[in-house]
Amino acid sequence: MSARDEQPLLSVRNLVIEFTTRYGPVRAVDGISFDVYPNETLGIVGESGCGKTVTGLSLLRLIPSPPGRIVRGEILLQGRDLTRLSEDEMQILRGDEISMIFQEPMTALNPVLTVGTQMVDVLTRHRKLTRKQARVVAIDMLSKVGIPVPNKRIDEYPHEMSGGMRQRVMIAMALSCSPKLLIADEPTTALDVTTQAQVLEQIVKLQDEFHMAVILITHDLGVVAETCQRALVMYCGEVMEVADIESLFERPRHPYSRGLLDSIPKLREEKLAELPIIPGMVPDLMHLPPGCRFGDRCSRATDECRLQRPQLDTSATLRNAVACFRPLD
Amino acid sequence: MSHTLLEVVNLEKYFPVRGGLLHRVQAQVRAVDGVSFELQRERTLGLVGESGCGKSTLGRAVLRLTEPTGGDVLLNGESVIGLSKEELKAKRREMQIIYQDPYASLSPRRLVGDTIREPLDVHGIGTPNERRAKVDELLDIVGLRKQALSRYPHEFSGGQRQRIGIARALALNPSFIVADEPVSALDVSVQSQVLNVIARLQREHGISFLFISHDLAVIQHVSDDVGVMYLGRLVEFASSTDLYREPKHPYTRALMSAIPVPDVKRKSKRIVLGGDVPSPMHPPAGCPFHPRCPDAMPQCKDVVPDKVNTGTATRPHFVRCHLYSETAALKSADSP
Repeated sequence: MSARDEQPLLSVRNLVIEFTTRYGPVRAVDGISFDVYPNETLGIVGESGCGKTVTGLSLLRLIPSPPGRIVRGEILLQGRDLTRLSEDEMQILRGDEISMIFQEPMTALNPVLTVGTQMVDVLTRHRKLTRKQARVVAIDMLSKVGIPVPNKRIDEYPHEMSGGMRQRVMIAMALSCSPKLLIADEPTTALDVTTQAQVLEQIVKLQDEFHMAVILITHDLGVVAETCQRALVMYCGEVMEVADIESLFERPRHPYSRGLLDSIPKLREEKLAELPIIPGMVPDLMHLPPGCRFGDRCSRATDECRLQRPQLDTSATLRNAVACFRPLD
Repeated sequence: MSHTLLEVVNLEKYFPVRGGLLHRVQAQVRAVDGVSFELQRERTLGLVGESGCGKSTLGRAVLRLTEPTGGDVLLNGESVIGLSKEELKAKRREMQIIYQDPYASLSPRRLVGDTIREPLDVHGIGTPNERRAKVDELLDIVGLRKQALSRYPHEFSGGQRQRIGIARALALNPSFIVADEPVSALDVSVQSQVLNVIARLQREHGISFLFISHDLAVIQHVSDDVGVMYLGRLVEFASSTDLYREPKHPYTRALMSAIPVPDVKRKSKRIVLGGDVPSPMHPPAGCPFHPRCPDAMPQCKDVVPDKVNTGTATRPHFVRCHLYSETAALKSADSP
């Protein structure tokens, strides 16, 4: 693993993202901070609506605006603040330095162009190659992501491929310009488990080969445990806990992290009569409690928790921190 | 009364594939291809498999929500297949379904109270007062407040909508419910709540479930018996305890090892299968799993494996795999 004093590749500080709705502004992301180090895989986990996808999109400034906007905060890629770049500068940066893959590869690929055409477009645009050279690179990339007979399949349309194949094409495309950071938003959620295993294995392998950092956004803690080195747990637009995965899975400190881990049905020796649950449900982002957003569902909550918002304790380091007044030991 | 509630015998559902100028039937998709099993009273049978393996079609064919093209389904010893439309409607009181998508399966323009009461109206059960009382009772069973009755589905979260769907399925006191991926659309914290509701129904109301899911961990949590499907066939069938302790079919083993486990200490070896599930329109000859099977032998390419009981008569463990068939055992004994 990387050294303690290594400089982060990406630093997000106090990021606030707001969406305008009919009923007023909603903060999908409310003051989050985190670092991504070179060559590491950082997981962002949380349930639907916690702001994990919006966070991922914001790093590439892909939040549709209006209705969304970055209200404040910094996104520092090796010291450069992406929130201050022009749209033209962002265009160059997307794909070149940061790439993203999405949950549903069918909607991310153009259905009327062959896979090859789409890949060649990316390569000629970013890497000053002729179309002929780009095609050679594209075939090489397809073989790297494990597509059989790539020189034939490159001329297929997305609909001629299976879901797993399409996701591999997306990965090949995203990596074709050797980005420093890949953001993968639920890359395997639409896939079957056996295909998921193949795709995850591929991402881990390519990460090594390309020396890139990966942000893996997922709701599946199993995927996090098997592919990430560190993870952020998000809830209602906030980071509840950030930790290396050994600590997170063995000794979660935030009661929400603990609750999430407990409530997943696991393959186990003994069948349980009842699964542990987190009572209640996620609060509406329009009507958040004044104190801790998890407070109403937390068995450890006190009056302090209900009145004050706990902040992520960033005094020491952002590698391991928790936003809780009464964390578990 | 016998212990067997539901008996499925050689059930088939083929979909015709039409094409060409004259729109002729060109091929058949064998979505469900000769599936047989029994479901005991007050028990849950888990059905697991990947997308397109035919598990949902099987669930629907059992209820005749899609008309099977062959085989038989017996509920309480009585065939469901030969029933007329009227008879089937009466039979539906005993068998209900819960769907995957709680957003699509509830009418957005109907009050929740009306939705839950609808089955009682349709079947003309009880007086209006009795129906109202029944709806209150149902809400209580699934853990919703009474205020829910006069609201619309969009006012509820996914987990609550799934509870509404469950309440509606329970309205007619069915003895059998097909639950088709009932928690797949839900977040984990809510998923466990709904799974607990289903487990309680089974315990306290003695309802039998055919529980369909792609998630092996969820299946283990709810099921007494488990069937594993691949390309329209049951490839393994056993008690949940036996199947999870000792999965026999190479596909079941691969499926189990492929699940990402939220445990950083587990470093067991993963069997990563090559390739994708083949199209059910052109299933491979022989054992349909052979192109992806790490243990494939020469005969797997040509011969469809029979169902073999590797357990005992009282505790069966069925597998469709040549590794366990007698001919295979003989052949390996012959070879030096």
